[in-house]
Amino acid sequence: MTAVLSDTALHIDGVSRFFGTGAARVQALDNVSLDVRSGEFLCLLGASGCGKSTLLGLIAGLDAPTTGTVDTTGRRTGMMFQDSALLPWLTAGGNVEVPMRLRGIRRPERRARVDELLAMVRLAGMADRRPHELSGGMRQRVSLARAFAQEADILCMDEPFGALDAMTRDLLHDELERIWRQTGVTVIFVTHDVREAVRLGDRIVLLSSRPGRVAEVFDVDIDRPRRIDSTRVAELATRVTTRLREEVGRHGH
Amino acid sequence: MATEIDINRGGPARAGVGPRGEKLASADGLDLDALAGLDALDIPTTERRPLATRAWSATWPKIGALALFLLLWQVVVWTGWKPTYVLPGPWSALREFGSRLGTGHFWDALVRTVVRALKGYALAVVIGGVIGIAVARFPILRTAVGSFITSLQTMPSIVWFPLAILLFKLSEAAILFVVILGAAPSIANGVIYGVDYVPPLLVRVGRSMGARGFSLYRYVVAPAALPSVLAGLKQGWAFAWRSLMAGELLVIVPGHPSIGADLQNSRELIDAVGVMASMITIFLIGVVVDAVFNVADRQMRVRRGLVAEGNSAVRAARGRGKGRGSEGGGDWPRDDDSGGGSSGEPTGGPYLESRVGVTTSAE
Repeated sequence: MTAVLSDTALHIDGVSRFFGTGAARVQALDNVSLDVRSGEFLCLLGASGCGKSTLLGLIAGLDAPTTGTVDTTGRRTGMMFQDSALLPWLTAGGNVEVPMRLRGIRRPERRARVDELLAMVRLAGMADRRPHELSGGMRQRVSLARAFAQEADILCMDEPFGALDAMTRDLLHDELERIWRQTGVTVIFVTHDVREAVRLGDRIVLLSSRPGRVAEVFDVDIDRPRRIDSTRVAELATRVTTRLREEVGRHGH
Repeated sequence: MATEIDINRGGPARAGVGPRGEKLASADGLDLDALAGLDALDIPTTERRPLATRAWSATWPKIGALALFLLLWQVVVWTGWKPTYVLPGPWSALREFGSRLGTGHFWDALVRTVVRALKGYALAVVIGGVIGIAVARFPILRTAVGSFITSLQTMPSIVWFPLAILLFKLSEAAILFVVILGAAPSIANGVIYGVDYVPPLLVRVGRSMGARGFSLYRYVVAPAALPSVLAGLKQGWAFAWRSLMAGELLVIVPGHPSIGADLQNSRELIDAVGVMASMITIFLIGVVVDAVFNVADRQMRVRRGLVAEGNSAVRAARGRGKGRGSEGGGDWPRDDDSGGGSSGEPTGGPYLESRVGVTTSAE
């Protein structure tokens, strides 16, 4: 699958996005350019109002840029949200099945794939549970399986672990890292948690706020698997946080 | 399957040891167990009481309320406030109702009334549904007729009868016309509100999965709107039934016995026992239909996690169900909900509850 595709998974060139018109016109993104390698784990980091979710929406094709281009180089995108956003009237398995139903995949094949994907997120045997019968962390894993059911080459994640407790989040970092390495998917991971970004990312793109611009790009040169409480993660997180504070501080005047 | 998921557990060579001597492989193995353990702790527990207990606890308050009502009725009769040929006691009314069950006339009337109701209601569902979908879909239609639908809904259906009788004479068509006018606006409004209150996040999810146009409606909007649609259907039935009863009292088609015609007939003959027997019939039909709607509504809420076993959300919020603390956890504070609870209620839960509440309270 990836053999025929180019090495660059995502090419963002001079993207700006405005909302509203006239005096109420707000600029969310200002001339953002970014290349993401195939199979890369990229974290988009920024304070409130940096347009990181807007950028993710553009990548996922939910929205179009005002100027500039977003080129997913023929790859499919899948999306995961902060709230697991499972459809409450369907079971876990039913939720994972929806993207496949939308693509017209036949029932036996869908069922087999659902079992496979739920096993991947280590929820085998939970297909018949309803979302309210699962814990928050489990719901997010169902949501992850659903994103994979889109056969996405680029996985867009919008603060997916933001609402979870620290213990669950820590374990889900391990899970996500494992699945990412296993599948070779390209991940664009939006977060405002610096440590989380350092824990997970190959690169961290720090966005400034109002409008969102690329302020700095950090390469995370720490061997995997990492632990969020390791010294090297903490060191880099301190550097990134310092830079983030500078960016936020500019809005205080 | 197992080989696929255990990649990390069996892959210390790949995982390696961190440059600073972090024991990554073993940490990995531990974390796999930790996740399974956390799942086991996190998963919300459900308990079901035995069927007989649930049936009894659902039934006895109803029996009690009914008994109390009959007693009050009897007490009023005993006071001699009105002579018994105007206000008969409950026993004579129930006896009359029982004896009617054996007559062919009663069943003819019952069948005609129920068929009228179902026919009118079915047409109202189709018409109201189509109008509702159209108004929800096209903003221009909403601007044009959206507020008229609500005004129409609040009009007492009985005021349509003079026009209906002029248009259709004393005929089945006149009754049907008013029943449809009574029920369709509620059903249309149920659909419109349902679509309006679909959580935007779910629409975004649908779109991110590739749903567009019709498929977005089929997989996301329609099921998300269902609670409100169901509330509209229920309210529509209430209006249809009231309109029909008003219609059967006013529009008596010769040779067509009906419950309403019987009721009117009994009044004209000053047959108070007959009046009461007819009203018992009308009441019982209402009870049966209400039970059907409640079963549908409850099933939907249970599926969506909007009902804790035997509890409404309100009751669950006031305190835990009986006997939960005793199982396993002893006197420790039970925190088995904290994982699920902290990350939010089932999507759209509170909204769905309130939506249903708002629509039905308009009855």
